[in-house]
This record gives sequence, structure tokens and C-alpha cells, in this order.
Amino acid sequence: MSKKSTILKWVIPVILMSTLLIILVAAIKVPHTQYVPQLNCDCPPGFKLNDKNECIAQNLYMAYSTNNDPGVGGLKTALPKVRDGFSPQQIDLGRYLFFDPILSGDGTISCASCHDPKKGFSDGLATSIGFKGHQLKRSAPSLWNVAYFKLFFWDGRANSLEEQMQGPLFSKEEMGNTPEKLLKTINSLNNYKHLFAEAFPNKVKEAPISLNDIYTAITAFEASLISLNSKYDRYAHGYHQALNKQEIEGMNIFRSFVARCAECHTPPLFTNQQIAVLGTPEPNGLALDPGAEIPFNDSTLRGGFKVPSLRNIEKTAPYMHSGNFATLKETVQFYTDGRGHAVPKDENLRIHWHIWEPKLTDYELDRLVDFLKTLTDESFMPKVPKVLPSNQAAFINNQNQESIK
Amino acid sequence: MKTKSRLLKIVGYLVLFAIGVLFGKTLLKPQPADTVPMPTTMKYRSVGATNDSLTVTDQNTFSGNIIQIKDGESIQEAVLKANPGDLLRVYPGTYSETVYIDKDNISIQGVIIDGVWPTLDGKKALNDAILYSGNGITVENLKIIEYKGNGIMGQAGNNFIIRNNWIVDTGVYGIFPQYGKNGLISHNILTEIEDAAIYVGMCDNVDVKFNEVYGNVAGIEIENSRHCLVESNLAYNNTGGILAFLTPGLPIKTVFDVIIRNNFISGNNHENFGAPGSIVSGIPPGTGILVMAADDVIIEDNIISNNDNAGITIVDLPTGAPTANDPNSEPNPDRVVILDNFMIENGNNPVGDIKALMLSQLKTKGPDILAMGGGVGSTIRDKNRYRTFGLEHYGPAQITDTKDVTTLMFDKPVAPRSVSKEELGELTYYGVCAGCHAFDTRLIGVPTKLIQAIYKDNPQGIVDYINAPRNLRDDYPEMPPQNYLSDEAKIAVAEYILSLKN
Repeated sequence: MSKKSTILKWVIPVILMSTLLIILVAAIKVPHTQYVPQLNCDCPPGFKLNDKNECIAQNLYMAYSTNNDPGVGGLKTALPKVRDGFSPQQIDLGRYLFFDPILSGDGTISCASCHDPKKGFSDGLATSIGFKGHQLKRSAPSLWNVAYFKLFFWDGRANSLEEQMQGPLFSKEEMGNTPEKLLKTINSLNNYKHLFAEAFPNKVKEAPISLNDIYTAITAFEASLISLNSKYDRYAHGYHQALNKQEIEGMNIFRSFVARCAECHTPPLFTNQQIAVLGTPEPNGLALDPGAEIPFNDSTLRGGFKVPSLRNIEKTAPYMHSGNFATLKETVQFYTDGRGHAVPKDENLRIHWHIWEPKLTDYELDRLVDFLKTLTDESFMPKVPKVLPSNQAAFINNQNQESIK
Repeated sequence: MKTKSRLLKIVGYLVLFAIGVLFGKTLLKPQPADTVPMPTTMKYRSVGATNDSLTVTDQNTFSGNIIQIKDGESIQEAVLKANPGDLLRVYPGTYSETVYIDKDNISIQGVIIDGVWPTLDGKKALNDAILYSGNGITVENLKIIEYKGNGIMGQAGNNFIIRNNWIVDTGVYGIFPQYGKNGLISHNILTEIEDAAIYVGMCDNVDVKFNEVYGNVAGIEIENSRHCLVESNLAYNNTGGILAFLTPGLPIKTVFDVIIRNNFISGNNHENFGAPGSIVSGIPPGTGILVMAADDVIIEDNIISNNDNAGITIVDLPTGAPTANDPNSEPNPDRVVILDNFMIENGNNPVGDIKALMLSQLKTKGPDILAMGGGVGSTIRDKNRYRTFGLEHYGPAQITDTKDVTTLMFDKPVAPRSVSKEELGELTYYGVCAGCHAFDTRLIGVPTKLIQAIYKDNPQGIVDYINAPRNLRDDYPEMPPQNYLSDEAKIAVAEYILSLKN
């Protein structure tokens, strides 16, 4: 009897105490789960999860022959090698980082400031606005299908997404951050510590977040932005009713050797990923941008830029490296206005041989624009996070910035 | 009286004669049907041919229906109606249209009656006569004139046959397969083309045989292509006769294994009328063969005569083309092999650089063979018989002939990659459906798990829904029809959805 009562005396308080403790711990943990949900353990659309927890790209172009070098033209042609195999957690973590302004030097700019999903992952500006309102010299390229690209930046100076993102992150004119400051900021946030531990489970426990982890996660997210289900793609896969008569006319002009669009904008990516010297004009009498001449240290590449993909081109006006053309019509008009017509008199550019005088009619230019609009597909649009691990407001774009001012 | 009856007699005879002629004409007139035999197969050209590349004709036997196209009708309309395997027979007449073929195994065959050809006339307003992207395309017996871009252009179509076409002034190129593997271009006649009459661009395994090219800027051009045989062609009065080119800045970076054999390359002295800025616009008139940065080119048994600048010119990229550099294009012609060629009267009137170069040697004539710029491992057989310049580093050829090479095409067509039903289902599910459906979470559409429950053992039910969705749930938006998927893809994805585990 006395034994029983002593047990009760001890057991009851222990049970009471441990319940309280559990409640307390749970209460402490609550803010985490409230602010940031667990990382997604499913792959984004367009990817299949394999048994190694990797997301592998899947699309209908994978059904086609690779006898020709992939990615170089024709309707039923395979795509070039894709950058895939990231885990769903890395992709999801990258999504948070992509929209998080803490990545910039003063916490005001995120990747999405210039690569706004609503604007084809560009920003709608002729040339982007960077750190503290700095006016940049080139337009923000779209990020759709970057998983298939080999060259990055307009002048092709980077060979991987990891290499590319260090440009804007640590440029004084773009995001204004430094590697040291970025690491310090990220490592000071418990939410990010948890999420990185979840996305990189093989790392030593308590090891700080590294720059490479950050690059990998953002690369994983960017490489998940796939757009291959446009009206054009339906036509290419054999459903010929997908395009109307005018769009088909436009497609035939696009791939004819008169307009020669498809020679550099080769399907299915609509870029051959080469550097081409076009001789496009700069806006407002700006000096000629030397382009690829600088990184390649080759004067024959003066005024040369990477051929951009045309997928979702409808969404990314204005056009060309410095946004000189407001509409697609003006852009296609450039190609029929004559070889070198916009090159400053004192320049001797080695204009690409496909730039000539195709003498396209106004009707043909309109049909080309019709066709370009069939390359739009945003069915795999990612979600903008409502809450960020840094507790910042998700993603500040230029418009918001202006309204804040 | 007498004269009158004689006159009547004569008139009577004449009338009788006329009637006789009329009768004869109508009764003895050969029936047109006799001149247009229905083909029992597409193999006719290979009758009596040697066992070489022309056996490619065995590959494209038409297996479908014959569709006839008469004057006033549209070839394109027929193509849109045609199914793979069909043969489109185009009768004499004028067809002003661009014909695009985005299907496999379509043959277009002109029917020539009494010397009258079916003619595609671009009237200098239309861009291309024929554009194809399908595999197994045959185009033959057509006259094609006055287009702005191309006579016949292929984009990534394999196993093509382009033959017996008569192509005049079709703009930039006459015949231009691009990104194609395994093709035959034979027995075509082409003239008045402002770039290359026959342009094999970024292709593999193509034979170019028995063609006549004259009055073009370039006769035949093999560019950034591998394994090409250029044999038994007649190239005369072009600016340049036969070219093997590497062009920088293209996605395919090499040209090698090209045999230029048994061709007649004569009097290619035409003034250069290439478009400003085009690479061929830099070719000097009087160029017989031009090798620019191409590797492993064998030049054998050609008759090369009366080309006023030089018989054979071999240059590297910096010498040959004023284009932007490409760090990924190797700019030198390596391992060129010149075997026995019959060369006379070349270099009689050199121009430009070569003229200056020869003058520096106190010579007024251009050479039979000229090499300029970089390159290693090139060889020549019996160098002493030719007048050469810049061939000091060419060693003696290690081979005497290429007689063992009868074709560089494949003996079987390139097979289209076939994916299994499961793979097609998987590609379609993740590549298309996954935009709105996840296995057990709600995206835009219902979870796949729910679809499985509704359509258990009923893939056809899913196919029917894909074709014509009916909104079954108020809590989800209506699905747009996915009827653009092929029938194979629809059933494959339906079965895949039902087999998904997680």
C-alpha cells in the first residue's frame, strides 16, 4: 500500500512534468513550422522522382531520335543534354532563395526582381535596374529551359548556372552582396539552417551553409523551369490542328531560308546556343555594346551575343540585348531592314552571314509574330512562396519597389 | 468547165485527205495513259544500276495509296490528306505554292508527259518550293523555278531521296537537306542559284551523284557534314565547282570523311553573284574545288579543267572566310588526300589574292593546286605532274584509290527511335499531365490516385475523358481537352496512370 502510494507520488509528477515539457517543446517548434513548411518531397511538373531521390526530366521530345546531334532543328528532334538529377528538396529550397531579397547586399533585391515569373522570368524593362536603382546595360534574360543551356549571360561568359549567378549576386551594380556577407546572413537564420540540412542530408551535422550549397539549390530551382508544351509543340508532336492557317504560314516563313530564323533559333529549344553578331541598334544613342568581344578577347566577336531561346518570347518584351525593340513586330522588322543597317559608321562588325535582305512583306512579318506567339507555355509555372524562411516579404519586383518609394 | 471539174477534183482530194489526217490523228493517237505507267514500286531507277548507293531506292517502297494531283489542284492539300507511305503523283501543270511535309514516308513524284513537266513556280514571291521535316521523304521529277529561298529544303529528315529534279533560279539554294542522316541526291539539274545549287548542310552519310550544276555561285557544297560521297557530277560555269566547307558558328562543328570522285569540274569561271555577306560571295571566280577547313577529304579521279583561278584550292578559316571566330571550330584543313586527277588548263586568268601571290613568284598563271594557311597530315599522289603552290608540306599519299568505297550511305534506313508503350506513357504523364496532377496531392486537377479509383481497369475511360472532358466536380476547374496527344500516347498514358504506385 505504502509502496503503491510512493510510486503514484513519483509517477504522477513525472508524467505531468514530461507532458508539460512536450507541450513546451512543441510550442517552441511551432514558429518554424508556421513560417516555413517542410520542403516539398515531390518533384515539380516535368520531372519524375527516381529511387535515389533525384528529379529526372521527362518530356515528349525524349521519344525522338538522337541520330542527329540533339537540339539542332526539325520538328521531331531530341533536346540537348539536360541539367537534372537534383532532389525535390533542393529544388524547393532554391525556390525560396530565388524569391528572397536577403540574398542582396541591402535586402531589397531578389533574383526574381529581374526574373519575374509573371514576365517570362524577365522584368519587362529594356535594361534592368540593379542595386540602389543602378541602371544596368543589358536586359534580363528569361530563365525558361535554362536546364538545356551551355552558355549564360548575353555575352556567353559563363558555362554553368552556378557560375552565372555569382555575377549578379556579387556585382556592386546588381545585387550588391559579397560572398562573406551572404554566408553570414544565411547562416544567421535558423529557418535556412534547417532547410539546408533537409536539402543536403549528407553533410556533416552543424556544418555551416556553404556557398556551393546555395548555388546548387538555386541552380536546382532554375533548372526546373521547363516550357515544352506550347501550341507549337503540339504541332511538332503531330497534332497539326494545333496551329491555325496563319500560324502555319508564320512557321513556314520562320523556317524558310529566306527569313532564316530557324537557322539560329533552331527547334526544339529555338536557340542553337551560339554567339552571333547581328548589328542591332542600342537604345537612345548608347555606345555600341562590344558583347562577346570582351570575355572571349576576340575582336571578330565584337557586337556578338548569345542567340536567345524564343520560348515564351511573347512574355519578355522589350527585345534584344538592350531592349531596343518594344514589340515582336519591330524585332522581326529589324531582320528585313538590311544587313548592317543599324551599325554605327565607325564600326566594322563581322555580321553573321544569315543577316541579309530577305525582303519580307508586312504580311509575312505579321505571320512571323503569329508564329512566335505559339511558343508560349507557362503550364509548369512554379508557385511564388507566400512566406520566406527569412520572414521577409516574398520577392520585391521593380513595380513594388517604385510603389514603396 | 474542164478547169472547174479539175478544181473540184483537187478540192475533193484535199477534203478527203484532211478527213484522212483527222481520222488518223484521232484513231492512231497514242493514249496518254500509255505514257504514264503506274509505278509498281519506286525501285525503277535501280534497274541495271550497280550495287551502290542507288540501292537506297529499295528503302523507300511506297506502301500506301496513290494520290493524283492535276493542274489547278494543290500539292499541299494532297500532302495534308496523305498518310505515311502514300505516293503523290503530280501531273504537268503549274503549281505556285510552298509545299511543307511534316509527316514521315511521303513520296512526291512528278509525272512528265510528252516532255512537259509539272512545274512549281514561286514567281519570285514565294519562299520555298518544298520544305520537309519528316523521315523517308522522296521528291523526284519536278521542275522548280523562281523561288526566293530554296527549291527543296529538308530540316532533320533522315533517309531522303531527291532525284531527277530540274531546278532553275530558286534563290539561295537549290537542294538543301539540313540535319539529315542517310540521303541520296542524284540526277538533278540545277542552275542560276545565288549560293550553292546543292548544299548538304550539317548532314551525315549523304551521296551526291550524277547531278549537273552550272551557272551557280557554288555548284555542290558539303558543309559541316560527315561521310559524304560526291561522285560523277558535272560542274561547269559556276563561280566555284565543288566545295567542302567548315563554317564556324554552327551547332555542328566538324566536316570530315568527304570523297570527291569521278566528277567533271570544268570552266567554273562565272562571275560571283552571291549575296553580300554570304560566305560564298568571297569565292574567286575560276575555282574548281575548294576545301576550307575540312578534314579527311579525298579528291580522286576528277577531270578538273579550265578553271581560271586554280584547279583545287585548300585553305584554312582565317584565309577563307571573314566571319566571327568560333573557339569550338578547328580552323585548319587536315589530312587532305589528293589522288590521281586529270588537270589541264587551270589558272589561266587568276584574280585577287592568287594573282598577287603568283605575281610574287613571277608567274602570271594560277596553279592546278593551291594550299594556304594551316593544316597537317595532308598528302598527294604524284605531285610532280601538277603545277602546285604551298604544297611543300604534303607527303606522298598512303593510299592509291578508294575503290572499296561504293557508298557512304547506310545499307538500311536510319531507324526512328522507338519508345515502348510504358516509356511513352511515362513521358506523357510527367511531361504533360504533371502540370496539373500529382499522385496524392491536389494541384490544379484531381490527384492521380483518385483517377485510379474512378477508372480502375478502364484505361479507355481515361482516353475518352482526355478527348472530351466533362466537368465532374464543382471543386475543380474543368480540364482542357488533351486531344492533341497522339492515339498511342493517349492509351499509353491512361495505362501508365492506372499502373502508378506513388
